[in-house]
Amino acid sequence: MSLGLLAAAGGETFTAPGTEDFWQPLFGTSGALAVTRPAVVLVISAIIIMVVLSVATRRLSIVPGKGQMLTEATYGLVRNSIARDIIGSRDFLRFVPLLFSCFTLILLNNLFGIIPFFQYPTMARIAFPLVLALVVFVVYHYLGIKRRGLAGYLGSLLPPGLPGWIKPLVFLLELITYFITRPVTLALRLFGNMFAGHLLLLLFITGGEYMLLHSGSLGLQIFSIPTFGMGVVMTLFELLVEFLQAYIFTLLAALYIAGSLADEH
Amino acid sequence: MTGNIAILGYGLSAIGPGIGVGLIFAAYINGVARQPEARGMLQTIAFLGFALTEALAIFGLALAFVFRS
Repeated sequence: MSLGLLAAAGGETFTAPGTEDFWQPLFGTSGALAVTRPAVVLVISAIIIMVVLSVATRRLSIVPGKGQMLTEATYGLVRNSIARDIIGSRDFLRFVPLLFSCFTLILLNNLFGIIPFFQYPTMARIAFPLVLALVVFVVYHYLGIKRRGLAGYLGSLLPPGLPGWIKPLVFLLELITYFITRPVTLALRLFGNMFAGHLLLLLFITGGEYMLLHSGSLGLQIFSIPTFGMGVVMTLFELLVEFLQAYIFTLLAALYIAGSLADEH
Repeated sequence: MTGNIAILGYGLSAIGPGIGVGLIFAAYINGVARQPEARGMLQTIAFLGFALTEALAIFGLALAFVFRS
């Protein structure tokens, strides 16, 4: 990840990577406010998505080439197997732009976690997934309130057919689910996966490097080979997790939107 | 031996979600084996259940770092 960390690991004792390794300011390092590495990576990813999509959709042919195929497959995944299947064919098209933006942005930023030279998953800083979750939070509440009015929306949180005495309790639970649990888990899931995965990679690579170069014992040097091997295996596993997390975020966003649009609870 | 008890706590808190995720995918495999044409629908449900279960493990991880000091 960063050379500073490798140098830090090269001391007498091995220091395990932690949360502080994810704070990497690039410009304006005077205080807590700085242009950090994930911010730069996020801007680069947005530019890449814009350029790739506008180039890929400029010359569309009936028989798609490789690039067009990839774009169409990604779009098809979000449009058909997420948006249409979950929101329903009546009004899913309105939400495809939102879901597609979420999916591509998260996917590319996650993939940056293992692409050389970037090697920083943007979503490993809580602020970035938090904003994305906040967008989804506002959208599904706005849709629900616009459809039923505030009182109607709050009333629709209750499942029908409950006995009267249990209604306040269930209403409280549903309120907590809709206003706290959903956005928090949406952000934390993405953050936690990216953070934990990258921390694990960091541990294997810096640990292997320490054992190979700085430990000074033959046993540990031999043992550094399977450690690096695990680093490679975990990188491949990360590839799966990164795709899965982008998919799950979009899936849950679509599900929450569908819940606000549904006729009954 | 030095270390942090919070990490141990995370190990304990990961047991439940681990079993849960295993159960979910076991049910998914069972379902697809019995009715292969329902795969698409089951996949969505399985990943949804996976995401909801995994959130608990992620809570544990976040709290392990929060209470680390």
